[in-house]
Amino acid sequence: MKRFLSILMVFLMLVTFATGCGTTDGDNGDAGDNGDNGDAVVEEPGRLILVTTTSTYDSGLLDYLLPFFEEEHNYEVDVVSLGTGAALEQGQNGDADVALVHAKATELEMVEAGHFVDRIDVMYNDFVVVGPAEDPAGVKESADIKEAFAKIAESGSEFISRGDDSGTHKKELELWTLSEVANEGDWYVNAGVGMGDTLVMADEKLGYTLTDRATYLSMAETLELEIVFEGDESLFNQYGIMAVNPENWPDVNYDGAKLLIEFMGSEEGQNLISEFKPYGDTLFFPNAE
Amino acid sequence: MMNEILKIKGLKKSYGKRTVLSVKELSIEKGSVMAIIGPSGAGKSTLLRIINRLETPSAGEIVYFGDTKLTDQSGNIELQRKMTMVFQKPTLLDRSVYDNIAFGLKARKFEKVEIEKRVISALQTIGLLELKDQKARTLSGGEAQRVAFARALVLDPEIILLDEPTANLDPANVGMLEALIRKINLEKGTTVVIVTHNLLQAKRLATHVAFFYDGNLLEYGDMHRVLDDPIKDKTRDFVEGRMIY
Amino acid sequence: MLLEFWDAIKLLSNLDSGLAEIVLLTIYVSGSAVLLAALLGIPAGTWLGMQKQGKVKGLTRLVYTLMGLPPVVGGLIIYLLIRRQGLLGTFGFLYTPTAMIMAQFLLATPIVIGMTSVAVRSKGKNIHETLVSLGARKGLILRSIIWEARYGILGAVIAGFGRVVAEVGAVMMVGGNIEGKTRVMTTTIVLETRKGNFDFALALGLILLIVSFIFNVILYQIQQGGASDDE
Repeated sequence: MKRFLSILMVFLMLVTFATGCGTTDGDNGDAGDNGDNGDAVVEEPGRLILVTTTSTYDSGLLDYLLPFFEEEHNYEVDVVSLGTGAALEQGQNGDADVALVHAKATELEMVEAGHFVDRIDVMYNDFVVVGPAEDPAGVKESADIKEAFAKIAESGSEFISRGDDSGTHKKELELWTLSEVANEGDWYVNAGVGMGDTLVMADEKLGYTLTDRATYLSMAETLELEIVFEGDESLFNQYGIMAVNPENWPDVNYDGAKLLIEFMGSEEGQNLISEFKPYGDTLFFPNAE
Repeated sequence: MMNEILKIKGLKKSYGKRTVLSVKELSIEKGSVMAIIGPSGAGKSTLLRIINRLETPSAGEIVYFGDTKLTDQSGNIELQRKMTMVFQKPTLLDRSVYDNIAFGLKARKFEKVEIEKRVISALQTIGLLELKDQKARTLSGGEAQRVAFARALVLDPEIILLDEPTANLDPANVGMLEALIRKINLEKGTTVVIVTHNLLQAKRLATHVAFFYDGNLLEYGDMHRVLDDPIKDKTRDFVEGRMIY
Repeated sequence: MLLEFWDAIKLLSNLDSGLAEIVLLTIYVSGSAVLLAALLGIPAGTWLGMQKQGKVKGLTRLVYTLMGLPPVVGGLIIYLLIRRQGLLGTFGFLYTPTAMIMAQFLLATPIVIGMTSVAVRSKGKNIHETLVSLGARKGLILRSIIWEARYGILGAVIAGFGRVVAEVGAVMMVGGNIEGKTRVMTTTIVLETRKGNFDFALALGLILLIVSFIFNVILYQIQQGGASDDE
């Protein structure tokens, strides 16, 4: 029995060795643990931390886009997705290298204050108003967003606000100001949740809400909500990318951040963005200058 | 035999294939003090627990008071209330000493006045009147066992079952409790069944003795007859101190 | 970190009414859930603890497993039950405090049952036999055993409260974190953290701890009082 076991052991070792060599002879150095490839120059990939908003991340754009950049520049980009407020705070505190968000006014303020540098416009997507198919507030007939919001407020149908200080929430507040209707009362539901949860809530409560098109389309199958208003220019949502100011935080990867900003603004990057069509249509429209 | 308060026939208790107790026949007379003796693991406690209906026998029957035959565990609160048991390790409730002793009487819905009378009297008997309002958990081992006795006595049971009741106590407490056992037996005619591994205690208290060995009842009868002139060799070995256990 | 704590304490000193509302709702929701869990869980746990261990092995394991039920899963179950297409959809529970109580009840009950059964089992057998021997009927035995195991049962209730007051997944899902209606402390903390208001989130965390502490003190007092007026 003992003898049989030792023969078996030797046999297994031979097999392992043989397959091991086979791999090393192959086309990459991943299995080069026996020193054969020791002198091959494989540069350590650079590491870059990108903060972005939850909705951007959930759209799947970055999963599609970043591999092109990573391949080209030998970089690994770690994406941290947070609410807009937290994302900017993270960058401001030097806990990230580069930020991709969609709150242009705030972004410009932050650049002005010296927290970020090298900001460029990257692309825009649009927001849509969704609501029950029966459209009890009659939003579908509105001429512009101002009228659409006013009708919701007058009808007493519930409007679900994300209420989380996110880019979408900020946009919504801008639109209420624009409409000159007070967003107060029992019909105005201030839910402090993400876009997906807000859509589910609007669906359950037969209410209206403002959403980015990507998140709505990704969930459309499970929802009874329909797009009841779209296309107004004030519903466009500008995305910008900017680097954390290396003068404040010398340890940030400013070179990497600059490379990524250049990539996003390049012809290649812009083309890739317009070709991102997970639900059939372009979701983000590139507009870098 | 007249006046059998307990009659046990063909009683068996097994766990799986292992039989831990087997009693072909055992009668206990009303008013007697029956000592159940034998080495550890002889099944003595199991017998007591079956009599007190804490365990169900696997086979056989017990006739209580000459008329109530019970082999199963179905509730018979009337029967249960005619007997009570004192365990080797007393389990007192986390209440006052008074409440512990009054528990069984309250369960039987006695008048408050009667409860107080009996509890106070029992407290005097065990010499713990001054501790009546103390938490039971503050008592020493000996005090706790005396309270457990008092708790049983106030119920005026017809049968009192004692499972090694003085095994862990100091001589003073042992003396007091033995005197108490004798007293209730003589004054109230309470039948006592006491499990003990202490031969001297059996001699001091018992009118009758039953000797158990390895789960089997080997012999029983008058105390002097069994202890002074045993029939079985095993009994003789035990009585004469040659059995190592 | 120290600086953030200082900011947090400064924030606490000017509580506004919105914050008070959130704290009160938290106490209302988690308190109700634990009260209901105790009403069901203490008798059930006592029963479980008094059964022969072999007989209820499967059931015991089930309860222990449910004690670790992730809050979001508990929330999801309740959500599926009360959404419009759900079994209880017609009652309109979704996004109400009632829904949050239901979800937290689901999370707290296994803890109360499990820990009660352990407390009862550790006391149970000797007490049970003693009480049978003293001629007590089943009802009295049950009540007495619950009383004897009261410290352990109290611990079970505190643990249940601790779990639900600290969870966020379930209440977020079925409550929706609606301002002034279903916003409790944990969901506010998540929201404020996402907004980047770390000071405020930390301040809320402190209040949550204080609420928990007060709850513990009160329960402990109740139990001490109960022990002394034992007639």
